[in-house]
Amino acid sequence: MSKSSTPAKDGKIKIAIDPVSRIEGHLKAEVVVKDGKVVDAWLSGGMYRGFENILVGRDPRDAAQLTQRLCGVCPTAHSTAACLALDDACDVKITKNGRVTRNLIFGANYLQSHLLHFYHLAALDFVRGPGKAPFVPRFDQPDLRLDEKTNAVAVDQYIKALEIRRICHEMVALFGGKMPHISGQVVGGTTEIPTKEKLAEYASRFKEVRKFVAETYLPTVYLIGSVYKDLFKIGGGYKNCMSYGVFPMDEEGTKTLIDSGVYIDGKDEKFNPALIKEFVKYSWFEDSCSDLHPSKGKTIPDVHKEGAYSFIKASRYNKKPVEVGPLARMWIHNPELSEIGKKQLKDLYGIKAVKFRDLGEDLAFSLMGRHVARAEEALIVADAINDTWLKEIKAGEDTYVESKVPVTGEGIGFTEAPRGSLLHYINIQDSKVANYQLMPATLWNTNPRDDMGQRGPVEEALIGCPVPDTGSPVDISRIIRSFDP
Amino acid sequence: MSLTRRDFVKLCTGTVAGFGVSQMFNPSVVQALEKFVPHVFWIQGQGCTGCSVSLLNSVHPSIAKVLLDVITLDFHPTIMGSEGEVAWGHMTDVAKEQKGKYIVIFEGSVPVAENGHYCILGEKDGKEYTMLETTLEMAKNAAVVVNVGTCAAYGGIPAAEGNVTGSTSVTKVLADNGIKTPVVNVPGCPPHPDWMIGTLVYAINAIEEKGLEGGLGEVVKILDSEGRPTPFFGENIHDNCPYLSKFDEDEFSKVFTDKENCRYELGCKGPSANADCFKRKWNGGVNWCVENAVCLGCVEPGFPDEMSPFYEAG
Repeated sequence: MSKSSTPAKDGKIKIAIDPVSRIEGHLKAEVVVKDGKVVDAWLSGGMYRGFENILVGRDPRDAAQLTQRLCGVCPTAHSTAACLALDDACDVKITKNGRVTRNLIFGANYLQSHLLHFYHLAALDFVRGPGKAPFVPRFDQPDLRLDEKTNAVAVDQYIKALEIRRICHEMVALFGGKMPHISGQVVGGTTEIPTKEKLAEYASRFKEVRKFVAETYLPTVYLIGSVYKDLFKIGGGYKNCMSYGVFPMDEEGTKTLIDSGVYIDGKDEKFNPALIKEFVKYSWFEDSCSDLHPSKGKTIPDVHKEGAYSFIKASRYNKKPVEVGPLARMWIHNPELSEIGKKQLKDLYGIKAVKFRDLGEDLAFSLMGRHVARAEEALIVADAINDTWLKEIKAGEDTYVESKVPVTGEGIGFTEAPRGSLLHYINIQDSKVANYQLMPATLWNTNPRDDMGQRGPVEEALIGCPVPDTGSPVDISRIIRSFDP
Repeated sequence: MSLTRRDFVKLCTGTVAGFGVSQMFNPSVVQALEKFVPHVFWIQGQGCTGCSVSLLNSVHPSIAKVLLDVITLDFHPTIMGSEGEVAWGHMTDVAKEQKGKYIVIFEGSVPVAENGHYCILGEKDGKEYTMLETTLEMAKNAAVVVNVGTCAAYGGIPAAEGNVTGSTSVTKVLADNGIKTPVVNVPGCPPHPDWMIGTLVYAINAIEEKGLEGGLGEVVKILDSEGRPTPFFGENIHDNCPYLSKFDEDEFSKVFTDKENCRYELGCKGPSANADCFKRKWNGGVNWCVENAVCLGCVEPGFPDEMSPFYEAG
């Protein structure tokens, strides 16, 4: 990248990639390469907006609308987390139809997000696009290995996936009003009671999406993996992961479609919300914001702080860095793999796997393992829409319960955005927001070093990444993008 | 592939069949469109990428057609193949070569506190570039600046009360620095894809027909006092709302799920919002905010502070 980079006396070369593109947000990666491999890495989040401060003093109900605007790719995830926190703070129990409608809205956004990520953000790492902007210029040695015919098919899929993800947004909008940034999810449920007509519209669109996920997206991910087999061996990182669980399957919130849990140092643990904390020694925030649970959280920027290099706080579980996202969820939930997955793993890779964990830690925790996990999860969500929620939903039955904002109170909302664990915390005083803290997935994965000196999960995953040509460090961004940062 | 007349009519009329906007396109120049394919740079400041994601939802013309035929998108952080210095260098090289002729699109607002440190966009030769300096540099030499989304146009949420970053709109940053490049605002949180592509196509069309200066003159003519193209933002939502008669008869919905009556008392900001959502609708025409819940007034300069609390009348 930095073409001027020449090795120092110790043989180390420092290179920077800024911007890291095809992600949501502003990210810079800096790595030290020695003997053709990454030996150290720093990730810097280059933007701060200060939503936490902007929310203070507002009507708590506005939080679900304002926080959606944190991310145009996953606004429904923020809407969901905010509404769960508000349901908690306002002590409201939603109806079954409200819960299922929320799942239909969020589920459609999951499919949109996973397709967008693979085809429009990550696929150009493996596929040669049309020979004009914005697909070129590229690195000199882009390491694109698909033969011409397969590549042409993949480009057609890129175009087709644009259409399919648009259809997913139409599904979201049917009950959510519009997308990005839905109006249809509020504290107490959803604003629109599904009618027979709208359910039929949802179902007919969904049919096409499900077909694409099952017959095109999933097999293509495995096929690409078979051409880039070495990418199952890099980008592993700490192999620690966490999931809050997502898609409530009952009104008590005791059961979710995808399980919650934590996996650290090779052991499974039950998720304990009290063990979450944020650290800011290397982040541009005042040191008083460090070592705090989100319910005590503070977000006070300090851009002149010595030694800091990111606007992202270092989120930690029991002081450990943990990876979040589809790989974490599939590892913790450990579902049976899709039929196409089982077959292709056997045919293309010679791996006999029935459940996700049969891949083994070393293959699953990898650059390509993350793409496989995301594709497998897309089918699980599609199946839940098809086999469960579209059957449970009752046309004409209420989806909304009225509630009042309390004078004082607090609430916490745990969910999983498509890209990983998401928490919203609200504290209400005088019926206004007194404190609001947000812990999105990006903060879990792409964070900088913590007060204990541990690298963030993506920083760690970059260690050992091969960089045979520092002018074309393709695998660095491939690893970063596999997290959907 | 070229843009067909049908694409134009669809783009301009929304889902309710055709009045108003279609007249702004002269079908005779449609065939000529292929000749003028402007270089476009898309710069993201303090935003959420929602405008870009909304752009991808374009139906007529499809986003693939826009990218491959209508414009040359030389820089867009979310979709370009390139990254790092290769991407940044390409942008600065092409901007130099196309000086005065390119279109720059801004998404997101500009933090001006701390010398712009709250938003870093890229790096070249060891130097980091902020949104603030990039905005000034890229706008200065552009033929036209298009601000997509309420953040770039008016500041939006990052510039709302309580912000500590000194966030403001691209429009204000340019005015404060004496940059006179014509500015078009396409607000919305996010803007409808038709509004973004319709505005671009209108500008391309006008430039093709009347040359750069004359064409841009035509574009400026259709803007309202907030810099928005009137074909899309010229009508008030409340005045055109299908529930207006309920408002006039004082029949108000008390809960969101009551779809019979006017949503004013639930906090609907339609009376202070100017956009054609009432006829265009969203996401392939399946729904829109008022039918679903309430309008937040997201296309207005006062969003969000003047529209908040969102769920209280008035």
